[in-house]
Parts: sequence; C-alpha cells; structure tokens
Amino acid sequence: MSLLSPVAALGRMTLGMLASFGRVAIFAADVVSHLLRPPFYPREFLQALMQIGWFSLPVVGMTALFTGGALALQIYAGGARFSAEAVVPAIVAIGMARELGPVLGGLMVAARVASSIAAEIGTMKVTEQIDALVTLSTNPLKYLAVPRVLAATLAVPVLVAVGDSIGIMGGWIVGVQRLGFNSAAYIKNTVDFLEMWDITSGLLKGAAFGFLVALMGCYHGMNSGRGAQGVGKATKSAVVSASVLIFAANYLLTELFFS
Amino acid sequence: MIELKGVEKRFGSNHVLRGVDLSIASGTSMVIIGGSGTGKSVLLKCILGLVHHDAGQITLDGQDVTTGDRDEFLARFGMLFQGGALFDSLRIWENVAFRLMRGALKKPKAEAREIAIEKLRRVGLGPQVADLYPAELSGGMQKRVGLARAIAANPEVIFFDEPTTGLDPIMSGVINDLIREIVVEMGATAMTITHDMTSVRAIADNVAMLHGGKVRWTGPVSELDSTPDPYVQQFIHGRAEGPIESVR
Repeated sequence: MSLLSPVAALGRMTLGMLASFGRVAIFAADVVSHLLRPPFYPREFLQALMQIGWFSLPVVGMTALFTGGALALQIYAGGARFSAEAVVPAIVAIGMARELGPVLGGLMVAARVASSIAAEIGTMKVTEQIDALVTLSTNPLKYLAVPRVLAATLAVPVLVAVGDSIGIMGGWIVGVQRLGFNSAAYIKNTVDFLEMWDITSGLLKGAAFGFLVALMGCYHGMNSGRGAQGVGKATKSAVVSASVLIFAANYLLTELFFS
Repeated sequence: MIELKGVEKRFGSNHVLRGVDLSIASGTSMVIIGGSGTGKSVLLKCILGLVHHDAGQITLDGQDVTTGDRDEFLARFGMLFQGGALFDSLRIWENVAFRLMRGALKKPKAEAREIAIEKLRRVGLGPQVADLYPAELSGGMQKRVGLARAIAANPEVIFFDEPTTGLDPIMSGVINDLIREIVVEMGATAMTITHDMTSVRAIADNVAMLHGGKVRWTGPVSELDSTPDPYVQQFIHGRAEGPIESVR
C-alpha cells in the first residue's frame, strides 16, 4: 500500500492539473464567446484600458530603458570577443522587438495587472458583490472579465511598441554615451537591420500575453477562496500562472513565427 | 407564492439542507431563523439560483425557478446583502440605479438618477450622498443604500440577508422599521434571514426555524413565544442549555 502511495499522489496531482487546465480553457472559451455578443460595457472597457494601458506605461518604460542599456553593454562585451562590436545596434533592436520588449513588458504587466485584477475581483467575490451582480441580472463574466481581457489584449501591444522604442533608445544612449558609437551611425544601423516582421511578431506576442495576463487575473479572482487568505492566494496564483503562461506562449509563438 | 419541496444541498461531505419544505404566501413577510451554519443563506441563494440545489423543487408562482427566462425571473427580485455588497467603483446613485441602467429595465441616465435619488430619500438618505462612493459612508448608511438598491426596480419579492448584522441597536431599529414599512407599502413578498430576535418581531408575519438542514418549526410570529418546541424556545431565549448543541 505504502509503495503505491507516491504513484497515487502523482496521479492525483496530474488529474488535478488536467482539471485546472480544463477549467481555464472553458473559462477562456466563455470569455472569447462573449467578446462579440451584447450587452457591451464600454465604460468598464475604457476604465480597464486606462488601468492596464496608461498606468502601466511608467513601469514598462523604465523596464525597457534599463534592459535596452544593459543589452547594449552585454552585446558589446560579448561581440568584442570576436570583433563584432558593430552589431550592437542591430541586436539591441532585434532583441528588444522580438523578445525582450514583449516578454518583459508582459511580465511587468502580469505583476501589476494580473495581481490587481485578481485582488479586485476576489474581493468582490468575498464581499458578495459578484452575487449582487447576478441578482441584478448582470453576467459577472461579461461585466468583469470581458472588458478587462479585451482591454489587455489591445493595450499590451501598444505598451510593447512603446517599450520597444524606449528599449532601443536605452541601447542608443549607452551605445553613444558609454561605448563611443556615432549617434547617426547607430540609428542608421538600427533602422537598416530592423524588419517589419520583427516588430509585428513582437506586437502579436504582446496581444497574446495581454490576453493571458487578464484572463489569469479574472479566472483566479472569480475562483478566489474565502477571506483575506483566499484573495491573497488568488492574487499570487494569478501572477505566477500569468508569468509561466507568458514564457510558455513565448516559446510556442517563437516556434510558430521563426522556426 | 414561493414554495420549496424537499430541497437538498450538499457541499462535499457537508449536507447543509436535508429536505426543506416551506411555503411563503405572496405579500407576506417570512423570517428564517436558526443557528449559524444551518444553511439559511444557502436556502436563499438556492431560490435565487446563486447556488444550485441538489434535489427537491423550488417554485415561484407555480413555475420551477430553474426553468424559464433567467433575466425575467431575477427582475422580480430585490436583495439586500449582509454586508451591503455595494460596488466600490460606482457612485451611490449608480449602485442604486444599477438595474435601471442596463438590461430589460434600462432607462435614460437622468431618469435612472432621479429614481435612485427618490429611493435614497425613501430610505432616509439625502441627495447629497448620491455622488459619494460606498467607502465614504458608514455601515448603517451602506445598509440603507443596499436597501434602496433592492427596491429600485419595485420588485415583487425582496430578500434580506442579516439586515441588522453589525449595526448598533438604534440603527438596527431604523433598518427594521424601514424594511417593514417598505414591504407593506410595496405589497412585496419578503424573506429575511436573521439571528436578531428584535428584527424577527419587527419584520415577520411568519417565522420558520431551520435546524439540522430542515424546517424545525414554522408558524405565525404571534405563536413564536408560545410554541412548546424546545429548539425554538432555546433559540429565541438564547439559552446555552438545550437540545441545540452550543458548539457546532
């Protein structure tokens, strides 16, 4: 009996994980199916757009600025080993647009937005506000989740675009000020090597990450346990699952776009 | 009329409702009493469909509550939640007029605001609170706003979940009087859950006591004190000794 216990525990864990994936998939399908069906809640959508997009700009911008600068230093130091210092502008631009802009932007939004959505909706659940919505003939999924998911899906690519620009600027500042690049040559190199697909693929990744971040925030908030502990756990789960899903989705999308 | 027949609900191994039978005639006020954790709120949520019952039948005017148009069904109800359950991000008047600004009962914004202010006045709150947010109000005021929201669309049935919990005795008396007045004035069917015996005597036409997942006793409020049922007597007098275990 005791020999089989670990196997049984593993089985239970696997079943639990599969059940969780199933619940999330059903929730996601529910949200998507309501995107184009009335009633619509434009006020909630615009509020979410401000919260997720506008108020995330500082944190995404700062992250991109320092990442771009650090990336320039690393590429310069690495490139110096085989006399390839000149690739700094191109690699910074491609690295930011394809990978670091969307992934780091997505992660910062996950930290800021998934947690706040989960905490807000979780608190609404434990204070019976979600039950109140139902008694007032309002579908909580449609009223709370759909506007947030739509707003994040649209806002994160914009954040990524801004982050890409600021990150490339960070690389340019370090390149010109610290590494002795000619400013005009650095910009020309960046423009010459960067292709439209580098940017578009990053923006598409941003949209996918935005969708996942808001989805996880809403899902964990709406399934929050009771009391402060329940809301705290929901918040933590939202950030962790959103972050892991961003990395997983990033790999899958990179395979899809570039392999 | 609301009618419950053999309603059962189980949460895992916890068999909360074990066959509840209860009738609430239209236009009357029924108060459900019973110890904490006896399933009073679950019963109320089963009627509204917030929690799905496992067995039995619940009907409103002869129609099963699980069938028919859900929005139409819910439009007949108003509910005052225990903690008010006001939406933090909305102003007071938007909370009160929530149902009037969307769905089948949608009205123009100005008209919805006017109705909300009138309902606030009905529960003793002036128009100056209309543009505040829930966090800016005291607990008693939040309860009143919750009550205004519950009656905003003139529902046929109003549920009150622990309407006086957390309020001082004077504010409890005010809320009890308001509930009684409003229910009589609107001719609504009311169902209230409470532990507060003062509320029971102020609000109820009829009382039902829930114990062990079933209706232990039901009857007019005038017979509550004279019933020989030892469970009811222990509960209404708040005795530690008796058939109801004090530690559950």
